[in-house]
Amino acid sequence: VSIGLLFDSTRCIGCGACSIACKEANGLPLPIEERTTAYTWTVVKEIAGANVRRLCFHCLEPTCVSVCPVAALRKDSNGPVVYDADRCIGCRYCIMACPFDVPKYQWDRAIPTVGKCILCADRLAEGLPTACAAVCPTGATLFGEREGLVREAQRRIAASPDAYIDHVYGLTEAGGTSVLMLSAVPFEQLGMKTDVPRQPLPLLTWQVLSKIPSFVAVCGVFLFGVHWITKRREIVRAAEGEPEEREE
Amino acid sequence: MSAAALMRAAARRLGFWEAVLAVILVFFAGVTVLRFTRGLGAVTNLSDEFPWGLWIGFDVLCGVGLAAGAFTLTAIVHVFNLHRFEPIVRPALLTGLLGYLLVIAGLIFDLGQPWRIWHALVFWNPHSVMFEVAWCVMLYTTVLALEFSPAVLERLRLERPQRLMRAVMTPLVICGVILSTLHQSSLGSLYLIVPAKLHPLWYTPLLPYLFLISAIGAGIGMVILESHLSERAFGRRLEIDLLEPLARAMVVVLGVYGLLRAIVIAQSGAAGLLLEGGYEATMFGLEMAVGVVLPVGLLLCERVRTNRTGLAAASLAAVLGFVMNRLNVSVTGMERAVGVQYVPSWMEIVVSLGLVGLGFALFALAVRYLPVFPEPARTRAR
Repeated sequence: VSIGLLFDSTRCIGCGACSIACKEANGLPLPIEERTTAYTWTVVKEIAGANVRRLCFHCLEPTCVSVCPVAALRKDSNGPVVYDADRCIGCRYCIMACPFDVPKYQWDRAIPTVGKCILCADRLAEGLPTACAAVCPTGATLFGEREGLVREAQRRIAASPDAYIDHVYGLTEAGGTSVLMLSAVPFEQLGMKTDVPRQPLPLLTWQVLSKIPSFVAVCGVFLFGVHWITKRREIVRAAEGEPEEREE
Repeated sequence: MSAAALMRAAARRLGFWEAVLAVILVFFAGVTVLRFTRGLGAVTNLSDEFPWGLWIGFDVLCGVGLAAGAFTLTAIVHVFNLHRFEPIVRPALLTGLLGYLLVIAGLIFDLGQPWRIWHALVFWNPHSVMFEVAWCVMLYTTVLALEFSPAVLERLRLERPQRLMRAVMTPLVICGVILSTLHQSSLGSLYLIVPAKLHPLWYTPLLPYLFLISAIGAGIGMVILESHLSERAFGRRLEIDLLEPLARAMVVVLGVYGLLRAIVIAQSGAAGLLLEGGYEATMFGLEMAVGVVLPVGLLLCERVRTNRTGLAAASLAAVLGFVMNRLNVSVTGMERAVGVQYVPSWMEIVVSLGLVGLGFALFALAVRYLPVFPEPARTRAR
């Protein structure tokens, strides 16, 4: 099963209980900051008259997982994109490459690591919902299987088309994400990225990387060939041009 | 001016630059302590919005690119067997080796936990361009050190290892050419994953090819430039009849590169953005004017090509244009999408300057104590 969250902005009252629960569940230091940082993995903000959450979308084919040179980021089969701080070398390619600008860095530490929402992977393993979903007083953050959440989101839009923008954010963004969002206000007004490609981003680099073995083979043979031919030519030229030397 | 007066002038100039380097290195040492005790935030203007700055854009991207003369010249001499270019190989290899050491030093500053740099050897992720980059840096630095080792062995008069190196030189050079091709292009591939962040004047699926070609052009430029500088500093130089054909090669490479860029812009529909003007368009125009139009234009004139100052000036333009390109890809082209202006802090600049200064100092030391450039007397005798 693939677990996910459905955040319905029209049901959020902006109480911020999810942020506090997140801090507790993940042992993060207070205070709750204005925006997501390495120490604050989710925030609620009021933008354009709507309350909107910021958290990791947990892409189905995550860019961060594909770019990490030491495989410190991993997509669990049940949904969460988790991070192994013990592997991380701090190249920050994940921060640079994430289409949603989710991973954050501990810029203030001498031994820094990356911080991002991990969909409470530990709680999921115990059969519990994420801390943010468990604590949400209005059900604005709904926990469940992604497939069911997609159906629920589409049902809500169909049931009250006037109350929602006709788009489930996360259904196709970056190839689809485990966290989905509904809104009454256009998503770009909420500061969400709307120019995210619809296909999974890791393909863009894999198209090049997958050709390396054949490139090495072809290039190697070609270069040895050129060396062989030009060397031979040189020997022939030397033999023709300087017959006396050959006799010596 | 008499020879003695020339020597005195050279000594004065060296003294000045040594003083400058010493001042930079004092600050460099201070920043280094701060960097490793207080973290990246204390010394850099990097942020979650702008996680890669000058150390990646300049130290890494340019350090690798400007080292491209090494694989180009080893290929010309050892693969294509054009042995008359032999005297250029060692200065080019030295530049390459120092370039890669600059990259590694830059990475030690830039990585959050550089003491874990070996993790890339143990924890594999072949889907990551950065994984490819890490392996290329490690392997090619080793290859460069081996390729340059005959200069050291010659100096130490170690005959047997020298024979061994001669025997393995061709396969070694071929490994080096393959690794370089992969590495130069992979630095462009790093940016393939950010189609929505990198400005369309720079983003194209051809980025890996463009990075490779422009590095070859700039790498040749570096070799010519360094010959010029070492002539001024130590009277060691390469003959003009070797540099002139290199300059012609550079014209062809930069010409192909410029054309490719133009085709990419025309086909991607980014040409409209150019006509609209603005910050990115200006930076793009500057980059192309300095890095492509100016050197190609200058070097097409035979009078410039056969003149040491002209050659050096055109090569300097090519190198500067190359640096501008890498900074445009890594900084200028990213600013609009992430919504943050990034200007490096003075401490970031001090680290980069310090590393470049150390590179120059090491180059000078190597030229003084190792057979890098052909001996002036020997050259004349030929």
